Amino acid sequence: MLETIWFALWGILWAIYFMLDGFDLGVGMLLPFLGKGESERQEMISSITPFWDGNEVWLITAGGVTFAAFPAVYAVLFSSFYSPLMLILFGLIVRAVSIEFRNKRPGSGWRSFFDLGIFLGSFIPALLFGVAFANIFKGIPFDGEGIYYGSTVALLNPYGLAGGLFFTALFLFHGSLWVATSGNQPLQKRARSTALVLWFPLCILAVTFLILSASATTLWKNYLVNPWLLVVPIVCVAALFLSGHFVRTGALGKASLFSFVLIACAVLFGVAGLYPALLPSSLGPTFSLTIANGASSQLTLKIMLIVVVAVLPIVVAYQTWVYFLFRRKPKAAEDTAFNETEQVY
Amino acid sequence: MDVVLLSRLQFAVATYFHFLFVPLTLGLSLLLAVMETIYVRTGNETYKSMTRFWGKLFIINFAVGVVTGITLEFQFGTNWSRYSRYVGDIFGPLLAIEATVSFFLESTFIAVWALGWDRLSPRLHCLSIWLVAAASSLSAVWILIANAWMQHPVGYVMQNGRPVLSDFLAVVAQPLALLTIAHVLAAAYVVAGFFVLGISAYQLLRNFHADLFEKSFRLALGFTLFSCLFVVVEGHMHGADLAHSQPAKLAALESHWVTQERAPIYLLAVPNQDKGGNSVELGRLPAALSILAFHRPGARVTGLRDFPPDERPPVLATFVSFRLMVTFGMAMVLLLVVVWFRRKTIRSDRLLLRSLMWAIPVPYLTCLIGWTVAEVGRQPWIVYGLMRTGQAASPVSPVQVLVSLVAFIVIYAMIGITAFWLMAAAVRKGPDQGQPGQVTKGVANA
Repeated sequence: MLETIWFALWGILWAIYFMLDGFDLGVGMLLPFLGKGESERQEMISSITPFWDGNEVWLITAGGVTFAAFPAVYAVLFSSFYSPLMLILFGLIVRAVSIEFRNKRPGSGWRSFFDLGIFLGSFIPALLFGVAFANIFKGIPFDGEGIYYGSTVALLNPYGLAGGLFFTALFLFHGSLWVATSGNQPLQKRARSTALVLWFPLCILAVTFLILSASATTLWKNYLVNPWLLVVPIVCVAALFLSGHFVRTGALGKASLFSFVLIACAVLFGVAGLYPALLPSSLGPTFSLTIANGASSQLTLKIMLIVVVAVLPIVVAYQTWVYFLFRRKPKAAEDTAFNETEQVY
Repeated sequence: MDVVLLSRLQFAVATYFHFLFVPLTLGLSLLLAVMETIYVRTGNETYKSMTRFWGKLFIINFAVGVVTGITLEFQFGTNWSRYSRYVGDIFGPLLAIEATVSFFLESTFIAVWALGWDRLSPRLHCLSIWLVAAASSLSAVWILIANAWMQHPVGYVMQNGRPVLSDFLAVVAQPLALLTIAHVLAAAYVVAGFFVLGISAYQLLRNFHADLFEKSFRLALGFTLFSCLFVVVEGHMHGADLAHSQPAKLAALESHWVTQERAPIYLLAVPNQDKGGNSVELGRLPAALSILAFHRPGARVTGLRDFPPDERPPVLATFVSFRLMVTFGMAMVLLLVVVWFRRKTIRSDRLLLRSLMWAIPVPYLTCLIGWTVAEVGRQPWIVYGLMRTGQAASPVSPVQVLVSLVAFIVIYAMIGITAFWLMAAAVRKGPDQGQPGQVTKGVANA
């Protein structure tokens, strides 16, 4: 029972992470294309500076919870995905310092350099998280000792790539809506047009991914056994269409809201299909890591559950407060401490 | 080169680099909280400029500390997967709790503090830096509990060849954990204290915003001296605890080979690992080790020869690091005591000011050496007595680890240099011009 609760929490934590970091990764990828001139780029960055750090903690928590609740999964997953994870890590590091360092000096050379860092540091994790999760859904070749028999290149199989492109498109769409809802200037109008343009390719990629899932994975099996689970992919598709609909009608707040739902359901679609496995082995189901053979002891699961149930609601409460605090009219000029050095040089 | 060695090198690079930024975050957040509290209570604008000046340096430092911290969490899985699978039941939850309880608070409220000067009431703004300070110290608490467990595993039973949690309280509240927390937090406060003292000294030397920096200096001096004395006293208790928890490490700290009563300390010794003894021993202080470890001159102290050769830590590295740590620690206490007695005339004491300025790197270096003592002294164990470091690495190819190691060195070097250069530029520029000394009404009453 505790294992099943932790499985659900594991999926939810990843879903929250992608929902939240998704928009700032998206904004980072859009930065060189959408931001015309220094003030617009500054505005785009200001729309994510108060949030990216708090968002990334959801990644640390998702990783930490994998370690705590399913140590075997953490061990095999992280060592098998060694190279892509290192690239994700370098991406996130470069992105974070680029956001921090960019405004500490004037000069277009300095800033373009860090804009490139923000772009690459957003694109690489977005793509590779998609590749990684598609490969988790599909299963990877590892044996009972947790030794991985694949290669890094093997992760870039068609289904893995479809997952990577799907995630990238999701975050681009999500990011463009985040910018579009941040004001009423030419930048926001262009962001809305971008979201409109991105919507159709996103649909194609989503459908491709769902169809490929039927042949490349066994995700659909759970849905055939428990048809009520179909709620997840149905809501996912509905959110995709509603989001597109509201972009067209100009109700951008609602469009953005549904893109949060879309990302959460896309992740949960895969996670619900995996149950009870967390990491299937393509060398044979006996090697697959599941809630039965991958979980921690009952005592550890219980203590962790108490901590999470007690603390996470508080976290959600103060993070929501912070979103309201900074989401009202983000004026670049107000964002003093991070940017203040620029005035004086 | 094999995966274990490369992974150890990578862990060393990632951890040392991370720990160049952590102590300042821990200590300076506390000092910032005090500065801002004074501002909120008195309305004295100098303290506001002071908070903002040190805050600018803090933010640069904080950002690098955060991103390099993610590496550490990932590395247990990527590079030490056998270790992770083995200890996940106990070590995993400690990391997960650290993230849930501390990182969220720290990362969310640092943004609130840095960007919220105009959006929050002064009191709420001040509260946010207190939350950052509390959260960062709390995160240190959890990670050090995890480290203490690796040094001295408790609260577990063996099941299917793995340690499984049986007593959470024993893990969280074991004496070694409490000692380590006290030691590291106080050492971090020393780093931050010297940072503030040294930069203030530099500004006083060039007579730049002298009022603000004299106040910063005074604020930091007592704090630093107290923390420094505390580390020394606590460090002694820590060493005494090792006699029970990690006897091989204690023996390596003093290059003590033969089990004996009235165990001596040598002022100068040259350990010879292969021979199992010291090649040179000079300046014998009889019974000194017995007194330090057990507070009794007649106490019996276990020597390294009582451990099989493959269970002895690298003695030379442990011994030299320990001596260096203690020497630097004493030198810092000495400098601070002199400064304390001359504090009233410090502005005219250019030699002392200059010494303080040049002393900034010393506590940083001492922290890194201290970690060397703790971690090299634990070898060959990754979990003391339970798992060897050689058995802990991931089944990945050496090439993968070599490539990532080189990438870490290149990226971290670039980040480190840029961060240092940005901080130096911010120091040279000094506080933003305001009207220092002016009291704004309203804030004091807010």
